[in-house]
Amino acid sequence: MTAVQQGVKVRGGVGESVIRHDAVPKVRGEFAFSNDYQADGMLYGATLRSPHASARILSINVAPALAIIGVSAVLTAADVPGRMEYGLEHPDQPVFASEIVRFHGEPIAIVAADHPDRARQACAAIVVEYEIFEPVTDPEIALVGEPLHPNGNVFKHMWIRRGDQTLVGEVTVEGTYEVGMQDQAFLGPEAALAVPDEDGGVTLHVATQFLHVDRDQTAAALNLSHEKVRLVLAGVGGAFGAREDVSLQIHTCLLALRTGRPVKMQYSREESFFGHVHRHPAKMWYRHHASRDGTLVRVEARLVLDGGAYASTSAAVLTNAVCFSCGPYKVPSATIEGLAVRTNNPTCGAMRGFGAVQACFAHEAQMDKLALALGMDPIDLRLHNALAPGDSLITGQVLTGATPVAEVIRTCAAAVSGEPSLSAGGDMMARPGGAGRTADERHIRRGTGFAVSIKNLMFSDGFDDYSVGRCTIDSGVVIVKSACAEVGQGFVTLAAQIARSVLGVEHVIVDQADTTIGSAGSTSASRQTWMSGGAIELACRAVLADILADVAADNGVSASVLTHADGRVRSLNGDVDVAMIDHIATRQYEREVSHHHQPTDVLDENGQGNGHVSFAFAAHCAVVDVDRELGLVRVVNITTSQDVGKIMNPLQALGQIEGGIAQGVGLAVMEEIIVERGRVRNPSFTDYLIPTALDMPTVTIAALIEEPEPGAPFGAKGIGEPPTISSTAAVVAAIRNATGLELPRTPVRPQDIALDPTGYR
Amino acid sequence: MSIYSLSINGAQHDVANGWVGESLLYVLRERLGLPGAKNACEQGECGSCSVLIDGVLECACLVMAASVTHADIRTVEALGGPDDQLSDVQQSFVTNGAVQCGFCTPGLIMAVHDLLDHNAAPSDLEVREAISGNLCRCTGYGRIFEAVRDVQIRRVERSGRSK
Repeated sequence: MTAVQQGVKVRGGVGESVIRHDAVPKVRGEFAFSNDYQADGMLYGATLRSPHASARILSINVAPALAIIGVSAVLTAADVPGRMEYGLEHPDQPVFASEIVRFHGEPIAIVAADHPDRARQACAAIVVEYEIFEPVTDPEIALVGEPLHPNGNVFKHMWIRRGDQTLVGEVTVEGTYEVGMQDQAFLGPEAALAVPDEDGGVTLHVATQFLHVDRDQTAAALNLSHEKVRLVLAGVGGAFGAREDVSLQIHTCLLALRTGRPVKMQYSREESFFGHVHRHPAKMWYRHHASRDGTLVRVEARLVLDGGAYASTSAAVLTNAVCFSCGPYKVPSATIEGLAVRTNNPTCGAMRGFGAVQACFAHEAQMDKLALALGMDPIDLRLHNALAPGDSLITGQVLTGATPVAEVIRTCAAAVSGEPSLSAGGDMMARPGGAGRTADERHIRRGTGFAVSIKNLMFSDGFDDYSVGRCTIDSGVVIVKSACAEVGQGFVTLAAQIARSVLGVEHVIVDQADTTIGSAGSTSASRQTWMSGGAIELACRAVLADILADVAADNGVSASVLTHADGRVRSLNGDVDVAMIDHIATRQYEREVSHHHQPTDVLDENGQGNGHVSFAFAAHCAVVDVDRELGLVRVVNITTSQDVGKIMNPLQALGQIEGGIAQGVGLAVMEEIIVERGRVRNPSFTDYLIPTALDMPTVTIAALIEEPEPGAPFGAKGIGEPPTISSTAAVVAAIRNATGLELPRTPVRPQDIALDPTGYR
Repeated sequence: MSIYSLSINGAQHDVANGWVGESLLYVLRERLGLPGAKNACEQGECGSCSVLIDGVLECACLVMAASVTHADIRTVEALGGPDDQLSDVQQSFVTNGAVQCGFCTPGLIMAVHDLLDHNAAPSDLEVREAISGNLCRCTGYGRIFEAVRDVQIRRVERSGRSK
């Protein structure tokens, strides 16, 4: 087990609420987001998308578009010089649909013009003849139907089989649960500026989560070497998984290279809904077996994720959903089947929580159902079965790191006992429905619900996950660099804090993220604090060792007698005493480190193996007010405890937790992309609702458990995802508690409450 | 083709060869080099393009630029003082952790200034209502509420001192 190394005391180091340096340009409106970029002679790009979810393209006539004055280029599949398909894990998605359309909004052609409206007019002028098919929108039908793609309709089919497969518990509960399609709904729509370079290459300023995979996919499509495709991270207006896949990267570069001019593409909000992947809708059947004392003995489940038209990360999302299908509980016997299926629905992929969200909604509903069947307190049932260090997951992996499951449950539950059980009523604005559809106070019922989650940190299942970090000292200036995408989460702040704590120097510059350094991997899977933070920590430690060696040589002593503290390097006997800042003022240092986490196994045919690196746990308790007649819900409060390893920056940690909870609340009560016969019906912020300041509950932090995680920089676990995972399940549990309804589906819609066919129990 | 002029942050800006249907948001961002107003939805739902037009908080995406040639337009770029000073609301957002990705931030800053200029002591619910037209996807609004509260307290302190 690797020991957790701490740093030296320094202002602005690890553990402080350091203010993010980019906040100042952001409040002034001066921070350059990807759609703020401009260049001389710039053209605007636009995309023609299929209005059909399933069709054959009979002909494409671009001549009317080219005839419009001000239009410089119109490109289709015929203009792709390199690989015709792209994809994060499997390149199965065409850069442009040319024969078959597989989802509503699939790109057919792109245009460059001197004005964005002209580019859109030109798109409208392109004539495409389609033979329209009935889309396949039910994964169960796609499983047995004709292949929608040469690669077939199954992205992944997997099993976990563990323990006695015939065991039957004294008490069993069963349920089928559904999760709707959620959108990441970041605020800054997709945008990029591509500038053609003199060497025939291209520089792309883009908002993304993962520069290097964008570069690799773009270079393949352009038929250019990696060196000729240079990506620079432009300001990112949120991500949450939606910027892991390519959207307009290849298209923008194609237009710039064809026209020889800078080209800017930016999606409108509507186009953004079609331009990126979403959270997988899921249908999940479960049967839990327990003994009379509440001990879980076996779980059976079948999870079906609708992956939509193309592969994206469906296979990895499924693996997560299946691995964490039973939650943070000891389950000695399990039979779990998982399927990720291709349909003609919008493509689904990464979103904060990545498969664990769907599973958590089901396993926590099952735990409540089991508690009811056993006549047991739901908190006691969870504590009774909580995973502890040394226990195994259903994959057989033994938990060796920090596993404070019981602590998050206990502290969260303790913080909410004594909450008022009756609605406060009062101000109309504070009631379900707010001022617009105000609930009658007499119909409001208050409910509470509890949920617990487990999530893996970093990439799993045998993926060689790494990040490259560099530390440079030149003329007294410390510069750290990686290709880690800052998407709003605050990595730029943490990177500087880490460097300060290792080197004991206050002034640290975090350099631009781009492809001139090795890959940092994706800003996803709660991994960048550990992976890129770790890479920068190691690079800084290597530089520190070089500094100590130089100080030792300068003073004719052994480096082993030197210590580094309070910004000074001293020998044990006091003969050497050098201020770090003075030493580095005249020296140059540079170290670059490729930081890999411990290798993981590819799970075997029974889903067994050490597939994951580390885990994080969280508990949420929700309080809701519900008007049963109108079906309106107001989420009043969320109390949470979270396993964080080490709090690197308390203010940023709080921001991650509150923001994550907001997205979990959204999935519980309002957020769903409505897809009818493959067509997206609500691609706007008018019709796809995300929580506003009035919808957001108060958040109470019961406890942040700081049990240092071995192998993690300063012991810190990633904290971005857990807040989103169990908050949804907790809110829906609270609505069940308030109404007595089953509510097996999230988001819970007014009609699910007001028009439930089973009526009130 | 025509030229019209807009009064933005106290200065006159000529808009040449603009199409008459262009929104104020488009003209600010793409023609006049003022990208502080953001374009998250372009249909008046998200508030990220909030500006003041003759002192009234408006979504710049819903206003045709050519229709406000006689108005006094104020954008986030007008806030703050000399020497890169931040306004009290801007400073409070920075120090209270109310900024993550920052895309909603300029619009929220405008909305909070507008709220506190009209209501020096809003209740928690009034703060929530006032900024409910500004969507934020990162923060869950908690630190934003804190930032607003902080400005309120500091303004009260300041006015107490100046009496």
